[in-house]
Amino acid sequence: MSAVVAEHDHHDHGPAKGLLRWIITTNHKDIGTLYLLFALAMFFVGGAMAMVIRAELFEPGLQFVDPAFFNSMTTMHALVMVFGAVMPAFVGLANWMIPMMIGAPDMALPRMNNMSFWLLVAGVLLLASTLLMEGGAPASGWTLYPPLVLQTGKALPFAIFSVHLLGISSIMGAINIIATIFNMRAPAMTLMKMPMFVWTWLITAFLLIAIMPVFAGAVTMLLTDKFFQTSFFDAAGGGDPVLYQHIFWFFGHPEVYVMILPTFGVASTIIPVFARKPLFGYSSMVYATAAIAFLSFIVWAHHMFTVGMPIAGELYFMYATMLIAIPTGVKVFNWTATMWKGSMTFETPMLFSIAFVVLFTMGGFTGLMMAIAPVDFQYHDTYFIVAHFHYTLVPASIFILMAAGYFWLPKWTGHMYNEKIGQLHFWLSAISVNILFFPQHFLGLAGMPRRIPDYAIQFADWNMISSIGGFIFGASQLLFLYIVVDTIRGGTGEKVTAEVWEDASKHSLEWTLSSPPPYHSFTTPPTSIPTEHI
Amino acid sequence: MKKTKQLSAGLTLMAFGLGTAQAEYTLNLMKGVTKVSNDIYDLHMLILWICVFIGIGVFGTMFYSIYHHRKSRGHKAAQFHENTTVEIMWTIIPTLILIGMAIPATKAMIELDDVQESDMTIQITGKQWYWDYKYLGNDIQFESHLDEASEKVHRTAGANPHSVPHYLLNVDKPLVIPVNKKIRFVLTSADVIHSWWVPDLGWKKDANPGFINEAWTSVDKAGTYRGQCTELCGRDHGFMPIVVIAMEQPEYDAWVEKTLAQQKQKPDLSDQSSGDLMAHGESVYLKNCVACHQIDGAGIPGLVPALTGSAIATGKWESLDGFLRAGTAKMPSFAKLNAKEFAELMTYVRNNLGNKVGDTLQPKQTALPDDDD
Repeated sequence: MSAVVAEHDHHDHGPAKGLLRWIITTNHKDIGTLYLLFALAMFFVGGAMAMVIRAELFEPGLQFVDPAFFNSMTTMHALVMVFGAVMPAFVGLANWMIPMMIGAPDMALPRMNNMSFWLLVAGVLLLASTLLMEGGAPASGWTLYPPLVLQTGKALPFAIFSVHLLGISSIMGAINIIATIFNMRAPAMTLMKMPMFVWTWLITAFLLIAIMPVFAGAVTMLLTDKFFQTSFFDAAGGGDPVLYQHIFWFFGHPEVYVMILPTFGVASTIIPVFARKPLFGYSSMVYATAAIAFLSFIVWAHHMFTVGMPIAGELYFMYATMLIAIPTGVKVFNWTATMWKGSMTFETPMLFSIAFVVLFTMGGFTGLMMAIAPVDFQYHDTYFIVAHFHYTLVPASIFILMAAGYFWLPKWTGHMYNEKIGQLHFWLSAISVNILFFPQHFLGLAGMPRRIPDYAIQFADWNMISSIGGFIFGASQLLFLYIVVDTIRGGTGEKVTAEVWEDASKHSLEWTLSSPPPYHSFTTPPTSIPTEHI
Repeated sequence: MKKTKQLSAGLTLMAFGLGTAQAEYTLNLMKGVTKVSNDIYDLHMLILWICVFIGIGVFGTMFYSIYHHRKSRGHKAAQFHENTTVEIMWTIIPTLILIGMAIPATKAMIELDDVQESDMTIQITGKQWYWDYKYLGNDIQFESHLDEASEKVHRTAGANPHSVPHYLLNVDKPLVIPVNKKIRFVLTSADVIHSWWVPDLGWKKDANPGFINEAWTSVDKAGTYRGQCTELCGRDHGFMPIVVIAMEQPEYDAWVEKTLAQQKQKPDLSDQSSGDLMAHGESVYLKNCVACHQIDGAGIPGLVPALTGSAIATGKWESLDGFLRAGTAKMPSFAKLNAKEFAELMTYVRNNLGNKVGDTLQPKQTALPDDDD
């Protein structure tokens, strides 16, 4: 018996053979790959919905879709992008990178890791299936405000259950990340020596655990209001529809930071490598991230300035929201100072990261403008806010996910991507994203409300320009798909080193492993860690 | 010189293959026509310029660095990674700027919130998908729907929106207010949440079912001001505009008198030609029925039954009449319509939208026995 065990120990586990490998895998790299590919697929599904929206808005008048379907598209575009694309993509990066960055052999809870991925798939498929149901998919906006959401057809309970599944999946992912970071770091890696990406994800994971149950609770109250005669949100029974908005945004505001904090982490990882300089202000970056996370819990009602709050509430939420500008500013200044007097090169990951800093800052400016409550009485629910949050999500979160793809694909696959096509992808994306979203500021200020399928003639010009930008941006992303497939299949054929990027191994542990890394890496913890990033 | 400028502007727009159709076209927030809207505009410009100023500083530094501190120019990387003085500076300076912004913002917010000592009050009720205005203090009350021209065009495939003046921003009955009077609004909703926004007044406010919100305005300049519902309220959210006409006091008084007289006037129950019945019936249909039953009477498969070939619509008119007055679990009662409107609507529905019953109903037939109309 003992002989068998000993033999077993020496046997090196490779992946299972065939399709089954991907279904039953508990390996963090495989699960990371699954998350990333799923997110990429959903990015195109959500993107296709955005194309429907921009096609309908290309000209005034109704051309392609029914107004109800248009509302379903704006709702589903948001839900798919948030819960199907951006969040899973960052969980995928966390799965791949956190163990390799902290010198751990795998995630702390590998079986739960598998389960959280497949629950995500189930949740998103269930959500997508509502498109085929009688009465159509939810059409109340991704915020699912009652009483409007209660007018949804057969889809309502399915959408709510899908939110439950997505919530469970996110919470499991978050628990896993926290358990891994707290228990499995290499001995030399104290908390204040962790790479920024690990730090930002640690904080994000706490946000997720705090907020997902809140959202699950809110939608469950919708469910009981609709089917079990409760009146949480119905004034006729003593409830209040605005209560839902408070609960939703208590979830919703931290939720948008769930999508941006890991973005900060990746930017803080990539910029120093290509500036060939340590990150400026490591500890202030950590504290700023924690401060932003804390503030995210106490500013929710700035999404509700026009809902009819007492003056004290309006003023408090205005002041609290303005405070966010301070730690966010610190981050932008730190990235700029990291570039200052560096020795920069501009490979595709760096290009996307610089575009992120610039365009995210523009989204930050409009965020500050909207924090001013009285002025928000004009901006609220117009295309100005549409422009604002797309600036903080597309050229921020999405650009950084692209940057991360270019940055780590050579590490993951052992192949180099085609730099020329990468740069082409960058320039097309960076230019078209501004043609797409910048004019939306003008539209909002000129008075165009959001979530309308048809509009007055004076909004026609900028809508057409915005749509053209949208089509170019959408088409450009096919280049990214091509590059991912091409790189997996061998890329340029150039052999990449363990380091891939010049002196990258001075910055983080993953660059000390071979490219691609072995299926099981750091089975014994590394004895020393790079400290360039601190 | 001026001509040259106009020409070059025109050429620039043509280069994009575009032309601006209406003069209302703007890039920036409008100043509006109230003191509050002007304060908000000034605040908007202040913050915009602060952001532009900070942006030039940050992006300027970054691009200087991108140009000069690059490897291809042989720049060697410095190895500094912190500087306490700089870090304290760039925390404290933004804090001071924020405090500077918060002071005028607080003033404007307090002003916006102060609904006291108003001269008159108007109740605004949002409904799917029109507005209902009620002047508290006199008996004026009316519904304000999207105008017929826009209604027809947005519901007809291939129709040209450019042909409609103020497409989607026009209503059948605008809200009329006097200038230079503090008008308090109380807002509520009969169904889902709506939001009442006229940019020239400087604010929007949600209309929540079961609750009442307050807001106020005092318009400086007589004129017509347009806006839209800004809270997603379902299928026709994009089609419930707002038009406010601000009048000098004497004109306003005349309007009140005229409107009250009209409201008291009994509907004309005299017989109409079938052509008139059909034409008026279409107006009633566009206002009350089209949102659900659609412009061609086809309904929405799975949600709203078709009127074309419907047994109720084409059966005995008396039972159709009873059905419309009673409503169902899914359809509201239309008892608010008068006998004239019932006759017109039923004649239209029974002889259009693909139906051909062949009867004409006269207002006298549809008048209820106890109708003192």
